[in-house]
Amino acid sequence: MRLTVNGIERGIESAPLTPLLYVLREELGITSPKAGCQQGGCGACTVLVDGEARRACLLAVAAVDGAEITTVEGLGAPEALSAIQTAFHEHYAAQCGFCTSGMLIAAHAYLEHGGSGERESIQETLSGHVCRCTGYVKIIDAVAAAAGGEITSRQKWLPQTGEESPVEVPGAPA
Amino acid sequence: MTGLDVLVPSSPEEAVAAYGDGDGVTVIAGGTIVLPEITYGRLRPSKAILLKDAGLAGITRDGSRVTIGATTPVVELTELPAPIGPCAANVADSEIRAQGTVGGNLCAGIGPEAPRGDLQGALLAVGATVRTGGSGGEKTQPLEEFLADREGKLLLDVSYDEPAAGAFASLDRPHTHDYTALAVSAARAEDGTTRLAVSGVAGHAVRLPSAEAKADNPQAAGEAAAGDATFADDALASAWYRGQTLPVLVRRALTQLQEA
Repeated sequence: MRLTVNGIERGIESAPLTPLLYVLREELGITSPKAGCQQGGCGACTVLVDGEARRACLLAVAAVDGAEITTVEGLGAPEALSAIQTAFHEHYAAQCGFCTSGMLIAAHAYLEHGGSGERESIQETLSGHVCRCTGYVKIIDAVAAAAGGEITSRQKWLPQTGEESPVEVPGAPA
Repeated sequence: MTGLDVLVPSSPEEAVAAYGDGDGVTVIAGGTIVLPEITYGRLRPSKAILLKDAGLAGITRDGSRVTIGATTPVVELTELPAPIGPCAANVADSEIRAQGTVGGNLCAGIGPEAPRGDLQGALLAVGATVRTGGSGGEKTQPLEEFLADREGKLLLDVSYDEPAAGAFASLDRPHTHDYTALAVSAARAEDGTTRLAVSGVAGHAVRLPSAEAKADNPQAAGEAAAGDATFADDALASAWYRGQTLPVLVRRALTQLQEA
């Protein structure tokens, strides 16, 4: 079996009914999809399968043979975050971070499908994603901001090459 | 998973041939119910059929007859008229609705925590028939008969005549990932016949014949419905609570139907 994961084609050797989640995490070492409930009820393992948000724990790898899989690593790079990643960053939408990859993927798919940015539609979209820190308000703020075009994908937080860090971290090496 | 045989048929005929008499076969359509069973070790398939490429997805219309392929995702039903559309929209969340299928919903047994198969009730209310393959060859039968004995049958599609009016009344779900504790579907056929069905009861969804007989009086129908269903205690609700709720939902569904 073969998968294209974040643009790179990979041969897959796991057994055919292995959930895609375990293939990504254990065979390919991509650990951003989280193994939360592993029965479709928490949303933490959500990835894009051919552009659609799907639960990696509910898909046998044989059922997605040949598909394009995108995890948060494929949405943007640290020096060039995607719009939704930047919005999460600027709106403090991650707390412990366990639900964040799933939230980002679902929100990214929502934006790609022309989501209106109305809070009710964002709530409906994210209704299958559980945040045990209960940080929903900031998450919804971030998605609304990204849908409203308020956030660009320009990464303005990390220092660019040759620039000094804008954030002083006590105790950090100079 | 040594000795596991996984087949991916590319047509309905191939799917039926691969299924055979169904003995020891695990059928996977959307996988939303089956995969956790495998993950948690409650199911150890020796032969599995993936229906994703079997050509069993899609909704077709022939006059007022609607036919829904077994692997049609639940999301594709959400815009259909009541009771089907509102019932489908009340299943899980948008991502699960896009993956879970009508066939899986109709074939779902009782889960570890609650009855499954919310669409069973809505499809009973519209008098649906199912087409199956398997031992004894292709068969078309009323959904009631299929639900009572699903062994050895591979569901191919489900069809019904578009009702003149429909209604759906449900207990609210505490979370999108909860199954519905109890829901009543009602439909009035073009010939004036009213059908009522309830999901969330013990076993699988059932018709409510005593309530149907009094369908023109929602209050009386609600009271009559109590004898038509049996309930189970589970994590979502007690049997007692479901018993108290059924008359209310029947009354609401029939009132909606009168106003439709």
